[in-house]
Amino acid sequence: MSQYNLSGANGAGLTAQYYDLNEHDHPEGGSTQLGFWIYLMSDLLIFAMLFAAFAVLGGNYAAGPGPKDLFELPLVAFNTSMLLFSSITYGFAMIEMQKGRVGGVQFWLVVTALFGATFLGVELYEFSNLIHEGATPQRSAFLSAFFTLVGTHGLHVTFGLIWLGVLLVQLSQRGLEEANKRRLLCLSMFWHFLDVVWVGVFTFVYLMGVLR
Amino acid sequence: MPTPDQHWSFLLGRLSLDSLPLHEPIIVATFAGVALGGIALLGALTYFRLWGYLWKEWFTSVDHKKIGIMYMVLGLVMFLRGFADALMMRMQQAIAFNGNEGIFPAHHYDQVFTAHGVIMIFFVAMPFVTGLMNFVVPLQIGARDVSFPFLNNFSFWMTASGAALIMASLFIGEFAQTGWLSYPPLSGLAYSPGVGVDYYIWALQIAGVGTTLSGINLLATIIKMRAPGMTMMRMPVFTWTALCTNVLIIASFPVLTAVLALLSLDRYVGTNFFTNDFGGSPMMYVNLIWIWGHPEVYILILPIFGVFSEITATFSGKPLFGYTSMVYATVAITILSYIVWLHHFFTMGSGASVNSFFGITTMVISIPTGAKMFNWLFTIYRGRVRFELPMLWTVAFMLTFVIGGMTGVMLAVPPADFVLHNSLFLIAHFHNVIIGGVVFGTFAAINYWWPKAFGFKLDPFWGKVSFWCWVPGFWLAFTPLYIMGLMGVTRRMRVFDDPSLQPYFIVAACGALLIAAGIGAMLLQYATSILKRDQLRDETGDPWGGRTLEWSTSSPPPAYNFAFTPIVHDLDTWTDMKAKGVARPVDGFRPIHMPKYTGAGVILAGISTVFGFAMIWHIWWLAIASFAAILLTAIAHTFNYDRSYHIPAETVARIEEERTRQLAAVEGASA
Amino acid sequence: MSSVHSDSHGHGHDAHHADVPHFSVKDYATGFVLAVILTVIPFYLVMTDALGDKSLTTLVIAGFAGVQVIVHMIYFLHMNAKSEGGWNLLALVFTCILVFIVLSGVTWVMYHLNHNMMPMPHNMNELP
Repeated sequence: MSQYNLSGANGAGLTAQYYDLNEHDHPEGGSTQLGFWIYLMSDLLIFAMLFAAFAVLGGNYAAGPGPKDLFELPLVAFNTSMLLFSSITYGFAMIEMQKGRVGGVQFWLVVTALFGATFLGVELYEFSNLIHEGATPQRSAFLSAFFTLVGTHGLHVTFGLIWLGVLLVQLSQRGLEEANKRRLLCLSMFWHFLDVVWVGVFTFVYLMGVLR
Repeated sequence: MPTPDQHWSFLLGRLSLDSLPLHEPIIVATFAGVALGGIALLGALTYFRLWGYLWKEWFTSVDHKKIGIMYMVLGLVMFLRGFADALMMRMQQAIAFNGNEGIFPAHHYDQVFTAHGVIMIFFVAMPFVTGLMNFVVPLQIGARDVSFPFLNNFSFWMTASGAALIMASLFIGEFAQTGWLSYPPLSGLAYSPGVGVDYYIWALQIAGVGTTLSGINLLATIIKMRAPGMTMMRMPVFTWTALCTNVLIIASFPVLTAVLALLSLDRYVGTNFFTNDFGGSPMMYVNLIWIWGHPEVYILILPIFGVFSEITATFSGKPLFGYTSMVYATVAITILSYIVWLHHFFTMGSGASVNSFFGITTMVISIPTGAKMFNWLFTIYRGRVRFELPMLWTVAFMLTFVIGGMTGVMLAVPPADFVLHNSLFLIAHFHNVIIGGVVFGTFAAINYWWPKAFGFKLDPFWGKVSFWCWVPGFWLAFTPLYIMGLMGVTRRMRVFDDPSLQPYFIVAACGALLIAAGIGAMLLQYATSILKRDQLRDETGDPWGGRTLEWSTSSPPPAYNFAFTPIVHDLDTWTDMKAKGVARPVDGFRPIHMPKYTGAGVILAGISTVFGFAMIWHIWWLAIASFAAILLTAIAHTFNYDRSYHIPAETVARIEEERTRQLAAVEGASA
Repeated sequence: MSSVHSDSHGHGHDAHHADVPHFSVKDYATGFVLAVILTVIPFYLVMTDALGDKSLTTLVIAGFAGVQVIVHMIYFLHMNAKSEGGWNLLALVFTCILVFIVLSGVTWVMYHLNHNMMPMPHNMNELP
C-alpha cells in the first residue's frame, strides 16, 4: 500500500478531488449567529429552572402575602408595553442597519434603551414597594421564587442595556462594519429573547398568580 | 450575612489567621510538601527562563491542540489530588475499627470524601473529556480551529480557576462537609455556616461558565466547520459522540448553574428555596440538581464510547461494525438521559407510579448501550486485532464496564434500590462505570493520540505495567465494596463498630495501593517516553494505521492543521485516501487565515478567581471591585477588532516542504 | 471538483451571508400588532374576569402565551426552518422538549413527594 504516495500518477490526479486547492479565507464570525442562538437556548434552560422553582414553590406563602395582595396588574401591563415597544424599535434599528444608515441605527437604539430603562425603573419601583410592604424575598418561598425569576429577567435586561451602550460607542467609532453588524444581530436576538421570556413571566407569574 | 458569632472585618471579611488550619498536622504537612514542590517548580521555571515561553506559546494560546493538552494536564494534576483523597479514605476505613479513630477527625474526613467526589467529576473527568474533544474534534472534521478560539482559551482558564479555588480550600479555611452534591438542608446556612459550601458553590459556578461556553463552542464547531463533503453520516464516531456530549453539556449545565444560584441565594441573601421554613423545600434541590446530574454521567461516558469506537476499528483493521446503529444509539442515549433523573432518589418517597416510570426509563437506556457493546464485539470479530496499549485498555473497559452496567440495571429496580441506596454497592457501581469507562477510556485515548500530539509514541513497557496494576487493582478495591454493600454497609462512614468488616476494607485498601502503583507506572511511562522520544518517534503522522482525518497530517500537526482543507468522500476518509493512493499536494500553498493569541482569557479568569475568593470570604469590597473589573475587562476586550492574521504562504510552504522530506525519508527507509 | 464542492457545502463558509435574515417593516409591524392583541386579551380576561371561571381563564391565557411566543419567534427572531441549515430550529425544538420535560417532570415529581410527606396512610398500596 503506497501509504505515503507523493508522486504516483494516479494519486496526483486525485489530489484535486481530495483537497480544496482553491480555498478562500473563511470569513470571520461565520458561526457567531448559531453559537449565540445556542447560548440563548442554554439561557432559556436557566429560566426554565426558575419557572420550575416558581411552579413548585409559588403557592407556598408561609402565611405571608400572596399574589392577589401584591401584584398590580396595570403596572405589569404598562411594563409589558414598554418591553414590546422596545422590541419593535430594535426592529427599526435592524431595518436601518440593512439600509446601511448608521445614524438611524443609533437613533433607534437610543429609543430602545429608553424603553428598556423605563422597564427596569418600573420593575425596581415595584420591587421597592413590595419590600417596603414587608414582602421581602426572605418572607416566603413564593416571594423567593418570584423575586429570583423576575429579578433574573431584570438582570438580563440590565446586561442588555450595558451591551447596547457599548455597541453605541462602537458604532460611533467604526460604523456599520461586518463585526458591528454581527454584534447588532446578536443583541437583537438577545433583546427579543428577553421579550419571549417576559411573555412567560407575565402570563405564569402575574396573571396566573392573580387567578390562583 | 455572617452569623453573629462569626468574626467579620471590613478589610478581610471572614478571613483571619484562624482560617488557616494550622492545628491539622496532615494539612500542615501537605501544605509544606505542596509549598516546597511549588517553590521548586516556580524556581525551575524562572531558572530555565520558561515563563515567557509558557505565556506566549501556551497560556495565551487559542490553538485548540494546545488548549486540549492544557486541559489534559489540568485533569492529570487534579487526578493526583483526587486520588490522594481516595487513598486516605481507604486507609481511614481500613484501620478505623475497635475504637481506633483512624487518621481523620470527623469534620476533616467529611471534607475529604466531598473533595474527592467534586474533584474527580468536575476537575478530572470533565477536563479529560473536554481536553480530548478539543484536541481531536477539529482535526477529525478537517478544520483549522474551533468556531470561537478566544472563548476556548477563556473556557479553559475558567475551569482552571475553579480548580484553583478548590485547591485553595485545602489550605485556607475548609471545604464542604456535605457530600459531592451538597444537599440542603445540610448545605444550608443553618447547618454549614462556614466557608466550605461557599468554596463548593463558587468553584463549580466559575468552572461551570467555562464548561458551558466550551460546549457551545464545540457544538458550533462541529455543525459549522466540517470539511466539505463531510455530511452528518460521514462524521467519525468520536465526533458524533462529541456532538451529543456537547448538546448534553449545553442543555444540562445551565440547570446546575441555576440550582447552585438558588442555593447561594439561600446562603447569602436568606431566601427560602431549600430551607425547612417559610415554604422552602429541600427535596426540590435534590430533584433539580439530578436533572443536571444524570445527563452529566453521559457527558462523561459518551465521548469515551467514541474513543473506544475509534480504537476498536483502528486496531482491528476494519471499519466500525454498525456505524449507523452506533450513531442512533448515541442519540437515543442523549435524549433518554433526560428522563431518568429520579432514579437517584427513589427512596425519597415519590411513590410507586413515579418510581416505576423512572425505573423503566432507566432500564431502557441499557438497550442502546448494549447495542454499542455488540458493535465493538462485532468489529473485533474476524479482525486482525493488534493488542497495543489503547486496545488493551479497550478490552479491559469492555469486561469491566459490562459488569458496572449490569449492577446499574439492578439499582434501576426501585425495590432493589430501597435496599441498596446509599450503600457501598452504589459506590462500587458508579466507580465501576466511571473508572472502567471514563478513566480506562481516557488512558486508552492518551496512549492512542499521544503520538499525534507530540510526535512520538508512549513507552509500551511502563504502559503495560500500569495497565496490569490498574485493572486488577480496580477489582481488588471495589469487589469488597460490592459485597459489603449487599451486606448493608452504608457509604461515607468514618468508623465502624463491626470488626468482621475489617478484612474487606483491608483488601480494598490493598487494591487502592495497587492502583497507586499503576498511577506511578503511568507517570514513569510519560517520563521515560519523553526521555526516549527519539527512539519512539513517529515520522509518518499515522503510527497506528488510523482511519480518520487527524492521521493524515503530521505529528504534531502544524498550527494550521491542514495546509489544504481535505474533501471528504467516504466515512473513513483517511483509509479511503490511503486506499486510492491520493497524493499529498506539495505546491500552490496559500496564506492561511488564523486567530491571534490573546491574554484576555487568562486575565478574565484570574479576576474571576479573585471574585470567587472574595464572595467565599464575604470580602464585599473586593467582590464588588473584582466584578466591576471583570465587566470592564470584558468590555475592553470587545474593542479589540484585530483578532486574526495570515500565516504567509512562504511559511506554509517551508513547513510543508519539511513534511515532504520527512515522508520521503520514511518511504525510503521502508522501501 | 466543483460538483463535490457545491453539493457538499450546505453549511460551508460561502453560505454564511445568506444566513443573515432579511428585515422588513411589514414583518415587524405584523409581529407587533399580533403581540399587542395577544397581550391585551389575556390582561383583559384576568382583570375583568370576563370568563367567570378561573381554570378556564388559566387555560386560555396559557394558550395566548404559547401563540405569542410563536409570533415573537417568527416575526422578531426570524425563526424559520431554513436559517443556519435548520440547526436553529432544531436547537429550539430540542430545547422546548427539554423545557417541557423539566417543567412537567418537576411538578409531577414534587406533587407526589409533597403528597407523600403528608401523614402516611396505613396501607402503603394507597400511595400514588
